Amino acid sequence: MIETVVSAQLPVGEELAIQKNRIEGAEPDSRRIAVVTGTHGDELEGQYVAWKLARLLEQKRKILHGTVDIYPALNPLGISTIYRGLPGFDLDMNRIFPGSRTETMNEYIADGIVRDIAGADLCIDIHASNIFLREIPQIRINEKSVDQLMPFAKLLNMDFVWVHGATTVLESTLAYSLNDIGTPTLVVEMGVGMRITERYGNQLIYGIFSVMNELGMLDEPAIPVQPPIVSTDGHVGFVNASESGIFLPRVSHADRVEQGQTIGIVSNPFTGEISEKLLSPLSGMVFTLREYPIVNEGSLIARVLGGVAK
Amino acid sequence: MKREILCTISALPYRQPIPVYGFRFGSGDKTLAVMGAIRGDEFQQMYTAARLIQRLEKLESDGALSAGILVVPCMAQFSMNVSRRFWPLDNTDINRMFPGYADGETTQRLAHRIFQALQGYQWGIHLTSFYLSGDFVPHVRIMETGFQKDEAGLDFGLPYLVIRSPHPYDTVTLNYNWQIWGTNTFSLYTRATRDIEPGSAEVAVESILRFLHRYGLSSEEVPEGCKSVCVNESQMVAIGSSSAGILLPQKHPGDKVAAGEMVASILDPYTAKPCEEIRSPVDGTIFFFRHAQILSERTIVCRIIPQNNS
Ligand SMILES: [Zn+2]
Repeated sequence: MIETVVSAQLPVGEELAIQKNRIEGAEPDSRRIAVVTGTHGDELEGQYVAWKLARLLEQKRKILHGTVDIYPALNPLGISTIYRGLPGFDLDMNRIFPGSRTETMNEYIADGIVRDIAGADLCIDIHASNIFLREIPQIRINEKSVDQLMPFAKLLNMDFVWVHGATTVLESTLAYSLNDIGTPTLVVEMGVGMRITERYGNQLIYGIFSVMNELGMLDEPAIPVQPPIVSTDGHVGFVNASESGIFLPRVSHADRVEQGQTIGIVSNPFTGEISEKLLSPLSGMVFTLREYPIVNEGSLIARVLGGVAK
Repeated sequence: MKREILCTISALPYRQPIPVYGFRFGSGDKTLAVMGAIRGDEFQQMYTAARLIQRLEKLESDGALSAGILVVPCMAQFSMNVSRRFWPLDNTDINRMFPGYADGETTQRLAHRIFQALQGYQWGIHLTSFYLSGDFVPHVRIMETGFQKDEAGLDFGLPYLVIRSPHPYDTVTLNYNWQIWGTNTFSLYTRATRDIEPGSAEVAVESILRFLHRYGLSSEEVPEGCKSVCVNESQMVAIGSSSAGILLPQKHPGDKVAAGEMVASILDPYTAKPCEEIRSPVDGTIFFFRHAQILSERTIVCRIIPQNNS
């Protein structure tokens, strides 16, 4: 059933409505998970997950316990305008949570979203990197909430769990705000902006079923999942361009590379020269790889996870 | 006056290198640094800094300066020349990247370079703009970091000194980091951002020269300014819209209002009939007024400093 979570009137004859698809099984109040996506309007991987999950849960309704809420578009105006942020607004939507009722419409919407998700047994916030970088399916966890979140993260069937440092600016994300009020929330990053990688989406859906199994929400045998690599087991190396130009990769995404191996080049179309060869700082797996060819000095090219066994 | 290149913005091969200039005056001491436009629409901020440069040049040649001063009128050329507020490639805001990172992404590197040039000064002034488009009463703003020197803000002689408790997104601005790293920092807001207003630029320039004079750094007399009123942002009353449509302001920044008096009306966009009369709940002075032709519901229209504070 489609329900409106929060809405507001736009200036000229249009309502902005944040909606969700509520799928209820037996004892709908016993358990609830929220699958949310579309905070960044240029990230579309979650669109496939929302669609496919709704279809599969419809088939599984007889064995479903509790409630699954799917929120396909937290930023409908961004998605409809191919815009990452909130159109006409300076701040990234993932920097205004938990929202407010006295600032602007955008903060009011953020406040309504947090109130609606609050109290869920688990929230999964699906992101798709950006248009510049391709990511392997991964979970990002703030080091402050590792203990609560790691057990869920290991069930989600993702390849990698990245535990990152706590910084004040990240306290205004949806995930931080929900974790802060006791609603466990996992951030998924996978694929690349403006594209859909169905394989990754299917992998995540498998993980969502595995978590639901663990929470007692599906009356079927538990699905075994591969344990992810955890960043704290190894070391993350960054590769940034020192030159501006056109990036051409020389490895494939998710490849294993040796220290010193060429990950790609920055080329100069005027001269036919190679402006820069970008080398891997360590041996490991290229879990992030640049997708968008134009680079400026400093543009992120790759992230390599080293120190983990093959 | 010495003009020097502080750093260069390079985005070859299709944009030519852009020098970021610093203008140095007086002694070699690091007494005061003034930062102008960081964002591509901060025309008024660039213009204000440029007018300050003219005045300082005169003071220096008259032998009236006994301080070392650096003014950076603009580091937003790359965005300004293509009519964009933020970094055009990835839409990131350099003023959300401080203190910067030498090996990071493009805008982190630029923030790092300019921050290096601005470090070690006793006083710092950032001519800046707000994340919501709107007009202000000219004021000095200080971030409450625990390191700030509030009283010094009164010496600009602007109508108001505003103390702001930082939101998470403030912790990555120039103002916040400058202060944390030991410079007494003020953000100076003139009336406008996108429109060049000579009168309000002059008010800002005079206030900086007044500050210099009060601290014995310039021997030139500057006319007495206002007796600044110190207000904590949390004491201001925010008035928002409860309907959407065309915004018709009835008041302007600096205007006095009585409780119950109308500050704006919202008109139906199709009939121009008023659908909401927005009234002040308190006696006070308009501090900030949104600059917008049309408005969503639940969005801030103005902020008022209540009478008992002014
Ligand atoms: Zn995202």
